[in-house]
Amino acid sequence: MDLNSTAALWWAVVASGIYHGVNPGMGWPLAVSAALMERKRSSLWMALLALAGGHLLAMAAILFPFSALMALAAWQREIQIGAACLVIGLGLYLLINRRHPRFLARVPPSRLALWSFLAAMAHGAGLMLVPIYLGICGTVDTDTGHAAADTLIGGNVTIAAAVALLHTAAMMLSGGALAFGVYRWLGLKFLSKSWFNLDLVWALSLILVGGLSLWHVL
Amino acid sequence: MTLRPDPTFHATPKLAMEAPAETLAFTLMLSPDGSQPDGLAVVDVDPKSKTYGQIVHSLFMPNTGDEFHHFGWNACSSALSPLTGHAFLERRYLIIPGIRSSRIYIIDVKEPLKAKIHKIIEPEEVFAKTGYSRPHTIHCGPEGIYVSTLGGGGKDGTDGPPGMFIMDCETFEILGRYEMDRGVQDKQYDFWWNLPRNYMVSSEWGLPPQYENGIVPEDLLSNKYGHSIHFWDLRARKNVQTIDFGENHQMALEIRPAHDPAKQYGFCGVVVDTTNLEGSIWTWWRKDDGTFDAKKTVTIPPHPAAADDLPELLKGFEAVPPLVTDIDLSLDDKYLYVACWGTGEMHQYDVSDPMNPTLAGKVELGGIVADTKHPNGRDFAYGPQMVEISRDGKRVYWTNSLYSSWDDQFYPEDEGGQMVMAHVGEDGGLTLDPDFYVDFPKGYRAHQIRLEGGDCSTDSFCYPSV
Repeated sequence: MDLNSTAALWWAVVASGIYHGVNPGMGWPLAVSAALMERKRSSLWMALLALAGGHLLAMAAILFPFSALMALAAWQREIQIGAACLVIGLGLYLLINRRHPRFLARVPPSRLALWSFLAAMAHGAGLMLVPIYLGICGTVDTDTGHAAADTLIGGNVTIAAAVALLHTAAMMLSGGALAFGVYRWLGLKFLSKSWFNLDLVWALSLILVGGLSLWHVL
Repeated sequence: MTLRPDPTFHATPKLAMEAPAETLAFTLMLSPDGSQPDGLAVVDVDPKSKTYGQIVHSLFMPNTGDEFHHFGWNACSSALSPLTGHAFLERRYLIIPGIRSSRIYIIDVKEPLKAKIHKIIEPEEVFAKTGYSRPHTIHCGPEGIYVSTLGGGGKDGTDGPPGMFIMDCETFEILGRYEMDRGVQDKQYDFWWNLPRNYMVSSEWGLPPQYENGIVPEDLLSNKYGHSIHFWDLRARKNVQTIDFGENHQMALEIRPAHDPAKQYGFCGVVVDTTNLEGSIWTWWRKDDGTFDAKKTVTIPPHPAAADDLPELLKGFEAVPPLVTDIDLSLDDKYLYVACWGTGEMHQYDVSDPMNPTLAGKVELGGIVADTKHPNGRDFAYGPQMVEISRDGKRVYWTNSLYSSWDDQFYPEDEGGQMVMAHVGEDGGLTLDPDFYVDFPKGYRAHQIRLEGGDCSTDSFCYPSV
């Protein structure tokens, strides 16, 4: 892989963060609600931090096991194929099963971080990043093909952390900008006006990311 | 599932008030003796229409003896809560329970003039999946459609306490009981909640033997009807506090929380105080420590009357109790409407200060003794009962029947179903519209009203008005 595709993959991490951030289903309206309910602007940022925290944890929970797997350097290609199939599979499942997970409704509104974590897990937000992450690992690992396993793991873990952090930062900034815009200028009418049903798009995004990755590896 | 949220879903009560006015109303019709099937009437409430004030479509059910009472929508503004992920439901189906049969009808009103039955849930399914009977109030909430019931299991509904159950909001499958820890709650009537604050409030009427064949005077005089309200941790499904109004405050019925979820108070109407026949309104509120309190903030005295003018039930008292049977709060949380079904009055209270309501307007219509006629010169059977307010707060609609067997005890000589409307003045005040008077078909009485696109007792809002 060349530098350009490495840069493209990192931009994909940012883009997916923005995508998750502006999706109301990942929680930005809750930050608006918090500020309005508490009647203070700082509550918006506190809520946003909680949401970002939960999201970050969900990304880490999915990415770190893969960074351990990637230590099996000889199996890198197979792992990438497997991950791509997993992501496509989840996309297909969400495409067919359009029902919303009911357990999310049981989470008390005060537990925003927990809600954000579960929402991201339930919708496969972390899984969407896996093919991109594995792609980035690939660009690094080609040069260090014979490095010791522990160095490899160390490198992969660092990349996983960087991917999760960058993604979540992009998510928080975009979601935060939207939440603040609605809170400060646009008003809540924007919420019902701008909320599109992304279920289909989301499922297709998973299939797309998985498909691209598969095409690249094969 | 739709691509955009239903245009009748609003983030805040204020946005709902600014939405276009209703053009149709849905009113339940019941056959008091069960000789005809109950039905749903679609009433034209668009003053610009040629058929204004007329029933433009009726849908009758395939069964008799259901006894329709309250009903609700499959989806409301609560769908805009990002916590629940149901933003793309349609406000399309009316959920109509029969409180005598325990049967539940799901009616598709996407084309209101072609309203049709979408699904029927037979009583056996309700019994088997919930252990409850006599389903009543409907609200759309976090996990689906919540239904309160007025009876437990067994033939007379006294095998276990009544409670609430949840239905799937898309398939209308009954999912099961709501309660995980009901505490001391052993009777049930109404319920409502504050979704972002995560609490629910429920109330108490009585058990089936106390109402199905008429009010039981001995039970009333020995204070055996409900007199408590219960506060719940909504998502933990746990009764966290019960407030007893005192046993003389018989029948704590409608629960009306402030629509703006930033406000943590609400109201409850009590039908009758057995020590003095007063009706009362209670204000309940949440304290800083998270616990609740309640206080009687309105009392409505009985009217003295001659024994000869009174039905058997009331002769000994020589007075007409107001009988506060329904209350409803405007979307701006400013006016509380109180139906005095006994005396024949509709009261309008300014509740801007919820701890000090003041009477702002009043309409007299019907009544056990007063029997006031409508301004159009026609009779109004019984008294003002189920009340519904337009979203913009400018029009107040009501019907006249309380419950078949109770109508007959309090108004043995009356019969018929009517729906009327009153206009709200700029600074309060209430005036009956002489031209709006719906007379329901012979043999039918009228109960709850739902307005197209939502009204003041259906939608739950997840964001404060700003």
